[in-house]
Amino acid sequence: MKRDDDFVTIEEVLLADARTDVLVAGTPSKASGRRSLATALSGPDQALRIVGYSAGATTVGIMLLVGLFLAVRAGDALRVAGPSFLVEQAWSPETQKFGMAAILFGTFSIALVAMVISVPLALGTALLISEIVPPKVRQFLVTMVDLMAAVPSVVFGLWGAFFLQAAIIPVSQWISTYLAFIPIFRVDDASGTTLTEPAAFTGSAFIAGIVVAFMVVPTQTSVMREAFSQAPPGEREGAFALGSTRWGMIKAVVLPFGRGGMIGGTMLGLGRALGETIAVYMIISPVFTINWEVLKTGTNSVSALIALRYGESSEFGLSALMAAGLVLFLITLVINFTASSIVARSRSGAETS
Amino acid sequence: MSDLLTRPSDVAADDEGRDPVVAPARTFIPDATGVEIGERRRIRQSTIDDKFNLLGSLLAGGAIASLLFGWFTPMTGAIGWGVVAFLAFIGLYALLVSLRADRQQVRDRVMTTLLYSAGITLFAVLVFIAVYTLARGSEALPHLNFFTQTMELAGPLDPLSMGGIIHAIVGTLIQISIALAITVPLGVTTAVFLNEVGGPFARFVRTIADAMTALPSIVAGLFVYAAIITLITHQRSGFAASLAITVMMLPIVIRASDVVLRLVAGNLREASYALGASRVRTIWHVVLPTAKSGLVTAVILGTARGIGETSPVLLTSGVTAVMNTNPFEGPMISLPLQVFDFVRSPEPNMIARGFGTAAVLIVLVLALFFVARIIGGRGPGVLTDRQRRAAAAASVRDTQRMAHQMADREIEQRASSPVYTFVPEMADDTEDAATHERAHAPRTFVNPNFPAATPAAAPQNPELDSEPNPEQNPEQKESSL
Repeated sequence: MKRDDDFVTIEEVLLADARTDVLVAGTPSKASGRRSLATALSGPDQALRIVGYSAGATTVGIMLLVGLFLAVRAGDALRVAGPSFLVEQAWSPETQKFGMAAILFGTFSIALVAMVISVPLALGTALLISEIVPPKVRQFLVTMVDLMAAVPSVVFGLWGAFFLQAAIIPVSQWISTYLAFIPIFRVDDASGTTLTEPAAFTGSAFIAGIVVAFMVVPTQTSVMREAFSQAPPGEREGAFALGSTRWGMIKAVVLPFGRGGMIGGTMLGLGRALGETIAVYMIISPVFTINWEVLKTGTNSVSALIALRYGESSEFGLSALMAAGLVLFLITLVINFTASSIVARSRSGAETS
Repeated sequence: MSDLLTRPSDVAADDEGRDPVVAPARTFIPDATGVEIGERRRIRQSTIDDKFNLLGSLLAGGAIASLLFGWFTPMTGAIGWGVVAFLAFIGLYALLVSLRADRQQVRDRVMTTLLYSAGITLFAVLVFIAVYTLARGSEALPHLNFFTQTMELAGPLDPLSMGGIIHAIVGTLIQISIALAITVPLGVTTAVFLNEVGGPFARFVRTIADAMTALPSIVAGLFVYAAIITLITHQRSGFAASLAITVMMLPIVIRASDVVLRLVAGNLREASYALGASRVRTIWHVVLPTAKSGLVTAVILGTARGIGETSPVLLTSGVTAVMNTNPFEGPMISLPLQVFDFVRSPEPNMIARGFGTAAVLIVLVLALFFVARIIGGRGPGVLTDRQRRAAAAASVRDTQRMAHQMADREIEQRASSPVYTFVPEMADDTEDAATHERAHAPRTFVNPNFPAATPAAAPQNPELDSEPNPEQNPEQKESSL
C-alpha cells in the first residue's frame, strides 16, 4: 500500500494501459507485480534441449550431406553436358555424350504402366476394405495390406522374372495383334515390320510396370483407405436415408471426401514406382533410345541405369550417374511433397495436430 | 432409469393429477404398443436370387472363355483366359441382375462385384508371389547344409547338398544391427525432439526428414559408394552397407516414431507437469513408456524395410561367397543381395538356391512383422493384462508407502504435542478409508519400531491404478527404452 505512493511498477503501468480489464478487475493499483511466465529450465531440461537439438542437427546434417554431396558431384557432369543433358538419349560419359531423355522416358513409361494397373486395384481394394467388408474382416485385411508393403522388392523381381514374364507374353502378343492401331501397342522393328515372336516381348516396360504396380499397390491402398474411412458418417447416413444404393452413397459421399487421399495415394505410389530399382533391373533389357512401344523389348530406368553402370564408371562417369540420381531424387521429392500436402489438406482440421 | 425416459406428462397426469403442461420438457421414448413391427430386415444377407445370379454368371463366364480359347479363336495363355472369363462374367452378371432390378440396383451390384474383384485380384496375386517363392524355394530349403555352410566351396554346378547361405544370414544380421545401433537412438531422439522440444528448428528437421523419405534407395547407395567407398575406405564393406541402410531407414523411423509420439495424450503430459515433474522426467517416465509399443513397432517395421533393401547394398557391400564377420574389412554379402547374385546364374541349382534364400528372407520379414503386430497391436497407453496387474501392484505399493509416511508424520506430531491433531485430509467419498486409517493409527503408534509390518489400509482409488508411479516400478523403468 505504501509503495503505491512512492513509485509505480512497470506491471502497474501495463495493467493501467490494458484495454481489457479482465486481468485485474477495476483495481489496477493494487496489483503488486505479476509472475513472469518465462520458465528457467532446470539442468536436466537444459541437457534435454541440447541433446534434442544435436540429434535434430545430426539428422539434418546427414540428410543435407547426402543432398549437397549429390548436387556438388553431379555439378561436374552437368557443367560438361549442359542443357543437352535433358535431351540427349545416349549414355556414354566417356565420350562426353550422355543425357537423360531415354532413361527418363523409360522410367516414366514403366511408372505410368504401373499406375494404370495399380490405381484401379488400389481404389477398388480401399473401397472394399473401408465400405463393404464386415468390420471383423476389415482389420485382417488392413493387416494384410500393411504386410504386403513390407515384402522385399527382390522377391517381386524374382516373381516377375521367373513367372510373370512367361505368363504375360501371350497377353502382350494378343494386345499387339488386335490393338496395333493404337501406336503405343504396336510392336515392330526399325523397318516397320510387325514382330510376333515371343522374344520381341521380353523385358518390356509393360512387364516391368506390372511388377512395379503390385509393389506400390499396398502403399496406395493404405493411404486411400484411410482417407475413405474418414468420410463423415452423417453424410453417409444422409445418402442412405435419401434412398441411395451403397454404390450411390460411395459415389456421392465417400469418393468426393476421399479425393485428396486418392490423389495423394496415387502420387506416393508414383514416387515409389519411379525409384524402384532391383525388380526393374531384374526384368528389363536396357536400351538407350526412346521406345514408345511399351510392349516391345527394351526400356530403361534411372535406378536400373545406376545399378548397371556404377561399377565400371570412372570418376566422371560416377558424377554423371550422380546427376541422373539427383534428377530422379528431385522428381520424387516434388511428387512426394505434393502428395503429402494434398493428403494433409484433405483431412479435416480436427484430426491434424 | 427407464421410467425417467417415458413420456413425463403421462406420469404426472396419472399419478398426481397435475397439469401436464407444468411437467418439465425432457427426452422420452415414444410408446411402442400398438405399433406394428415388421420382420427385421437383414441388410447384409443375399437372397437365393443373388446367389444364383453370381454363381451362374461365374460359371457362364468361365465356359465362354474356355470355348473361345479351346475352339473358336487361336488365343492362348492362362492370364488371357482369366481376363476373358472375367469380362464375360461381369457382362452376364449385369444382364442377369437387370432382369429383376432397376438401373440403380444393377449399377450397385456390378460395382460391388468389381470392388470385390479388385480386392481378390490384389490379395490373390500377393499371396501367390509369396507362395510361389516358398514353393520354388522348397527345393533348397530341406537341405540342412543350406543353413550351416557358406558358398565358399560350392560352385554353380554343385548339387544342393553342398553350400549354403550362412554367410549371407550373418552378413544381414551384422549389417542390420549396425544400422539399428545408429538409427534407433538417433531416430527416436530426433522424434522426441520434434514432439517435446518443438520450435522452428524442429519444423525444419521434420520437413527435411519428410523430404528424405523420397530418396530413392539406389541413390542412397550411390551416395555411400561415392562418398565413403571411393573417397575414404577404397573397399566395399559391411559397414558401408550399414551406412547406406541407415540413410534409408532413418527417415522411416523418425517419421513413424513422430506419429506415435504425437498420439500420446496431452493430458498425460500435463498431469506429469502438474505434479511438478521436469520435462526430462515427463519424457522418460510418461511419454516414452506410453508410446513404447508404438515405438517398437515403428522400429521393427523400419527393420523389415531395411532387411529387404537390395539396391543400396548392391552398390556398397560387395559380393562374396565366404563368411566375413568383420564389417570394416572386405566384402560382406546380405540375404537380398545373395538372392540377386544367385539368380544371375543360369544354372538351375543356383536359381533354386536363390529362391531358397528369398524364402528365408520372406519368412524373416514376416516374422518381424508379426512380432511388430503382437507388440504394437494396442494404441499408446493401452496396457496388456500383465502390465495392468503390474501397474496395480505398483499402485498398491505406492499407497502403502504414502500411508507409512503419513503414519510416521503422525507419530512425530503426537510426540511433539500431546493433543491428537493430525487428521489426513481426504475427500468426502474416501471417508471410509480415512476412518479406517484412523482406526489403525494407534496400532502404529504402539509399535513404532516396525512401521512396515503394519501397513495402513490404502484408499483404493481406481484412477491411481491405471496411472502407476513409474519410479516405483523398476521393470517399467528398465524397459522404457
